[in-house]
Amino acid sequence: MLASILTLGGIGLFAAIALGIAAKKFAVEVDPRELAILEVLPGANCGACGLPGCGGYAKAIVAGSMAPNLCPPGGAETIEKIAHIMGVEALSSAPKVAVVCCQGDNIKASLKYQYLGLEDCNAAQKIADGPKNCPGGCIGLGSCVRACPFGAIEITAEGLAVISRVNCTGCEKCIATCPRSVIKMTPLSATTHVLCNSNDKGALVRKYCQVGCIACQICKKVAPESYTIENFLARVVYDSAENAEVAIEKCPTKCIRDFASGYPEGSSFAAVGPGTKPEQAA
Amino acid sequence: MNPKTMDLKTFKGGLHPPDGKEFSADKAIEICPLPEELIIPLAQHIGAPAVACVEVGAKVKKGSLIANARGFVSAPIHASTSGEVIAIEPRPHPMGKALPAIVIRPDGADSWDESLKSANPGDLTAEELKACIQAAGIVGMGGATFPTHVKLSPPADKQIDTLILNGVECEPYLTADHRMMLENTEQILDGIDILRKVLGIERAVIGIEANKPDAIETLRKEAALRNIEVQALEVKYPQGAEKQLIDAITGRQVPSGTLPMEVGVVVQNVGTAAAISAAVRLGRPLVERVVTITGPGIKDPKNLLVRIGTPLQFLVDQCGGLNGEPAKIIMGGPMMGQTQLSLEPPAIRGTSGLLIFRKEDLPRYEAGPCIRCGRCIGACPIHLQPTTIAAYARLDLFDEAAEYHALDCIECGCCTYICPATLPLVQSIRYAKAAIMAKKRTL
Amino acid sequence: MENQLYLSSSPHIHSGETTDKVMRKVIYALLPATALSIYFFGLPALSVLLICTLGCMGFEALSCKLMKKPIALADGSAALTGILLALNMPPSSPWWLALFGAAIAILIGKQVYGGLGYNPFNPALVARVVLLISFPVQMTSWTSPAPLGSGLDAITTATPLGEMQTAVMLTGKLPELAHSGFLDYLTGNMAGSLGEVSAIALLLGGLYLLWKRVISWHIPVAFIGTVLVIGAIFWAVSPEKYPNPLFHLLTGGLLLGALFMATDMVTSPVTNKGMLIFGFGCGLLTVLIRLFGGYPEGVSFAILLMNAATPLIDRFCRPKIYGQAEAKA
Repeated sequence: MLASILTLGGIGLFAAIALGIAAKKFAVEVDPRELAILEVLPGANCGACGLPGCGGYAKAIVAGSMAPNLCPPGGAETIEKIAHIMGVEALSSAPKVAVVCCQGDNIKASLKYQYLGLEDCNAAQKIADGPKNCPGGCIGLGSCVRACPFGAIEITAEGLAVISRVNCTGCEKCIATCPRSVIKMTPLSATTHVLCNSNDKGALVRKYCQVGCIACQICKKVAPESYTIENFLARVVYDSAENAEVAIEKCPTKCIRDFASGYPEGSSFAAVGPGTKPEQAA
Repeated sequence: MNPKTMDLKTFKGGLHPPDGKEFSADKAIEICPLPEELIIPLAQHIGAPAVACVEVGAKVKKGSLIANARGFVSAPIHASTSGEVIAIEPRPHPMGKALPAIVIRPDGADSWDESLKSANPGDLTAEELKACIQAAGIVGMGGATFPTHVKLSPPADKQIDTLILNGVECEPYLTADHRMMLENTEQILDGIDILRKVLGIERAVIGIEANKPDAIETLRKEAALRNIEVQALEVKYPQGAEKQLIDAITGRQVPSGTLPMEVGVVVQNVGTAAAISAAVRLGRPLVERVVTITGPGIKDPKNLLVRIGTPLQFLVDQCGGLNGEPAKIIMGGPMMGQTQLSLEPPAIRGTSGLLIFRKEDLPRYEAGPCIRCGRCIGACPIHLQPTTIAAYARLDLFDEAAEYHALDCIECGCCTYICPATLPLVQSIRYAKAAIMAKKRTL
Repeated sequence: MENQLYLSSSPHIHSGETTDKVMRKVIYALLPATALSIYFFGLPALSVLLICTLGCMGFEALSCKLMKKPIALADGSAALTGILLALNMPPSSPWWLALFGAAIAILIGKQVYGGLGYNPFNPALVARVVLLISFPVQMTSWTSPAPLGSGLDAITTATPLGEMQTAVMLTGKLPELAHSGFLDYLTGNMAGSLGEVSAIALLLGGLYLLWKRVISWHIPVAFIGTVLVIGAIFWAVSPEKYPNPLFHLLTGGLLLGALFMATDMVTSPVTNKGMLIFGFGCGLLTVLIRLFGGYPEGVSFAILLMNAATPLIDRFCRPKIYGQAEAKA
């Protein structure tokens, strides 16, 4: 009895002393600011700042090699906190979210061929430039879904990628992986977007897709400040898009859309009001 | 001699897909008639596309130069019949998109360009012969379409000692090379003599799979007189892949990431040898080739001598038309061929076959999880671990994929063919290879 | 009009041998052994078999549903796990034990890792070992065979291996039975788990799998060979203390383990060299546990331990690629 108590106690004591010595001897000096910054970073290790993880970014801020406003997922709040820790002025930028600029799912857009093989947009793009006739449209095989660290993208039953404005943090990972650059960054405050990515002429767009932009200029006529048309494709001018929504009703192919009134059909994401992120507002 | 009892050489790995050659193996080569227009793409070979040197409206003769090679790794292109150039514009290309092509409306005379001169190979030097081959636009006829003159120009420090002629034709369904060996024996052997002279070597070996005993016998009779060896090879896919063929015949392995010349070998397709003979002796550039039009979706499969640029639809029409609704149109064989969007694209220099499957001929693909059965590893002729590379590729871990030698993959398709989970392994590996190469370029 | 043509990456043909067909062949191969065990042990064996198989399929469907994955019963892997589990249970197992085993096999042994293809350990063996440790009494209550129609009652008895170990422990000597009754061992007329009994039926199934190329020879030959060689060495040194190697081969779960459990593709190495090492390790551990361990039977533990070593073996047994050696030189 006594022997076992002594043995166990002895092992415990020895281990404790050894650990204590090791902790002292091999201690690594860490700047307390680095730990504080790590604390306020989202911890998703998404890589949006350009470094592989939050730890590296925290270190880089303290070392002064990177600015404190490079964490889109953290948003303005995080930037402010980091600026406070570092004792500098916050240089916050307007929060941005990604939008899939295409509504041409497997029903609305015609297929060039029936694709068989790897469920990956980049792989499908290598076979005769992708299975959809429209060269700019969403392929819908979900490469962006796999790239998104925040689970903010889903593929609808009809094969179209849709991004949640609530969950998107603006890390731009999906933009890097999309072989057709269908995904664009837009200000969170803007809810009206042209959901088309085709630079083909109107006649061709009509042939390929029911909901493509045919560059008819109507949106530009009703809201000249809010739209530009380049390469046969309308785009919202987000800096002066106060009355962009007036064109929604006028657009003959319904390719202008207001996210305030909900996501494209087939998406399970719930509608959100203009410019708000519900869980942030709460 | 019965090929079954011969000493059959081979490589390690590979598999035995059903060969499907019964459709067309006994069909003698027929000459395909002239279509209404010939679509001759400028990109038909590995390397830089050719540059058109004729204008719309120009009258051309069969064999007239219509596009110049751009750079050393490129090949010139010639008119495949006499007629008028009616357009130079993007047209459907076997690559699956519209690419620049010279469109010729035949005049029906099909007369050769008089300026083409025939020559006796004995009178020409090695350099002159090589120039002749280069000017004739000869490229590898096995399907890879690598410009032949480049292969025949090894750097001075590489000692070549063996020329291997690839008559294996291991791709299922294809019989074009088989028929060539039976019907154009003399031309092939003459081409081999020219190749030996260009390379300045004696040893030449023709490798043929044992499932073509008639070709082995025919060639053996003639080849012995010219001191050319004929080697029967075990029937196994991909016996005709360059590296596997070299291993089987010489026992040498081409080091990873290098060319066959590294082990002193040059490999040429038997069809290429015949084209070389025609280029030198008759002065005729590469304007036609034998194409096997076959598969369950074709009424009357045939081996046709086809002018480059003949639309696929026209070839199908020559073979009794389609048998049922086509579901997959494949240019090349079923293991490595490329699927087509339609029958509009033309046959080009690398078109060894046109294979049509109906819906009921397609395998069922419902990709499931890898069950680690290891069959892909056993079948891989390069001894890679396809499933591991594919798994890394799916996770975008390209450095790890490279470490498992993704770049050594020859995309023969064995792993995908054998995979019980029907995973698209080759496609994943191809994806990884592209990403690794892109990464290398940016470094 | 949309283009109905299919485009894909090459190749465009497939061997036709798919996962479900592979699994089905393994199930066919187990039929003789299953039928014979039902003959020898009667209705209790049949009920264990049914509960395990249906239980595994049920839990598989349930977990797929919970995880919102397509229900993967069609691949046959759950049914196979159930049959293998049943063959690893004593015929007298109560119904709840079999059902609990099925739950462990599918939920803990397979689905928590992500389902088919991702489990590091053989699910049926995980269940067997969990049951053996948790319910030692029920899992080691063996009955003597009472063939259908013979009118015999099943009597509680020990397995040959169990008898041997008890005798060696008590007397330091082998009991009498260890050198007799080989005909019974061959046909399966002895006490044991459902599937541990008939050597001939198991060999028949194993040969079928080898012939159909579902498994390769490497693991079974290395496994059984190692047991025979090491068993023979001990026997030669001290024949009164250690049983002869044939006794090792024909009793207990060696054949079932070597032919059907160790060859499970998911949990064994992928290269031929790796498989030989794996088989050797299984054989070595089996003999050591049988002769010196606390349990009379060591096949399950041996295979599970080697399952754990599989990733390591795979890492060290990467095939030499074409042209690699020359590239280094």
